[in-house]
Amino acid sequence: MRYGAAVALDGVGISVERGEMVALVGANGAGKTTLLNALSGMLVPSAGRISCSGRIAHVPEGRELFSDLNVDDNLRIGAWKATSRDPSPVYELFPQLQPLAKRRAGGLSGGEQQMVAIGRALMAKPDLLAIDELSQGLAPNIVQEISRHLVKLNLETGLAVLLVEQNARLALDLCTRAYVLETGRIVEEGPSSRLREDPAVQRAYLGGHLVS
Amino acid sequence: MSAFLQYLITGIARGFLFALLATGFVVIHRVTKVVNFAQGAFAVLGGFIAYSLLRAGVPHGVSEAIAVLAAAAIGLVFGAITILGNMTPVGSLITTIGLAILSEAIAMIAWGTTPLTFSGIGGPDIQVAGVFLQTQYLLLIGVSLVVLVVLWLALDRTYVGKGMTSCASNPYAARLAGINVKRMGLLSFAIGGALGGLGGVLIMPLFPLTYDGDVSLSILGFAAAIVGGLTSPGLALVGGLVFGIAEQFVAGYWSPANESAVALGILLLLLLWQARRHRSEEIA
Ligand SMILES: Nc1ncnc2c1ncn2[C@@H]1O[C@H](COP(=O)(O)OP(=O)(O)OP(=O)(O)O)[C@@H](O)[C@H]1O
Ligand SMILES: [Mg+2]
Repeated sequence: MRYGAAVALDGVGISVERGEMVALVGANGAGKTTLLNALSGMLVPSAGRISCSGRIAHVPEGRELFSDLNVDDNLRIGAWKATSRDPSPVYELFPQLQPLAKRRAGGLSGGEQQMVAIGRALMAKPDLLAIDELSQGLAPNIVQEISRHLVKLNLETGLAVLLVEQNARLALDLCTRAYVLETGRIVEEGPSSRLREDPAVQRAYLGGHLVS
Repeated sequence: MSAFLQYLITGIARGFLFALLATGFVVIHRVTKVVNFAQGAFAVLGGFIAYSLLRAGVPHGVSEAIAVLAAAAIGLVFGAITILGNMTPVGSLITTIGLAILSEAIAMIAWGTTPLTFSGIGGPDIQVAGVFLQTQYLLLIGVSLVVLVVLWLALDRTYVGKGMTSCASNPYAARLAGINVKRMGLLSFAIGGALGGLGGVLIMPLFPLTYDGDVSLSILGFAAAIVGGLTSPGLALVGGLVFGIAEQFVAGYWSPANESAVALGILLLLLLWQARRHRSEEIA
């Protein structure tokens, strides 16, 4: 994967099994967003190929809602390629969106927008939900709340989740397994419990000696 | 009194022409964010094609229908040139101006420089409150009204219409959802072409068109579209009627020479008003 002459991703392979929640952590500019864009077909690789099995829905960095359309329409457009356009499963998952159904998406709070973005992706009935920067700009309690809904969905429906996070601690807590991406390469991979103890990972992503 | 009515009815008819063009601007802008200054060219080319078909003996109705389809096809080609190259918005705007100039050249070579007209559907003139009206006026108003309302509902109320709108709102997210954004853009250009062509074939029996008539049509259509912020088909219709009626009253009671000056003056005020509204929305 290249941008001009710069190689953004190089021979990256990751797998997320059904029912799994997997984290992808890495510093700014490591290539996490590029990887998700490649997986969801938004970017075409410069060499080699991208292969993935299963349907992926991508919750993009920065939410990318249709800000002039209302919440209902945002959700329904998420189902463009799906058979059912009924948004009620999303309202069941995030009941706080129900009263906002007719509100302009651009006017919602960050947390509400993230729920709409996740809901819109779920409308495509994916096998894998890939979320870029779940916690971006959100208060910890909102992140907790959204994460709780995601875990529940993962347990109940077996939906696979790939969580891209700046906040490595959050990501490792939520997910059973994780990949560490550095300048376009996977440098670490393993169960969250092991990565949490890894000194290199601690230094780079968990604030070093502050972690006890 | 009858002069007043005459101007009013003529103005309404012109207003629907502008509204058709304005809706072309709106549809294309809502899907692609492009301001298509070749909009008036669709009307001129559509009208001229109908003129040639009628002269070749093709019956009324069929000629007009073929001309509208041809205008849609021209719209598709213009759309392909404008949006498939991933140009910046300014690049696309310049491209549409270039295409308008190209169409004028083609129209001049193929049809010459004299104003062209053809007789509309026959039918006796009807008398309304002391004014004689050609049936063509009613045809223009009736057909435009139906087309505009249907299109308006289709854009605002249907799923495909919302999908089209989402393309301009956030093309990246629209692609993520699986929408073929380019194809939607091409569709909008084809619709814009058909709307322009329809305006051309309906107006030509009442007001002859010249090969370079597209410029003033584009400006007035754009002005009407600006009333609805380039996004609302309903307000574009209102805008079209305002400009059509204003044009006929200025021409009738004052002087036809002042028509465009007044129209451009109103356009300027509208643009200033829009700019103010945008600014206060940003602050709000
Ligand atoms: N459109 C682009 N053109 C050129 N270079 C780009 C483009 N997008 C990203 N890059 C570069 O590719 C590399 C990877 O970027 P990417 O956005 O994938 O990183 P990231 O891991 O998502 O970072 P962050 O945590 O800041 O979101 C960076 O060096 C970035 O500067
Ligand atoms: Mg990123």
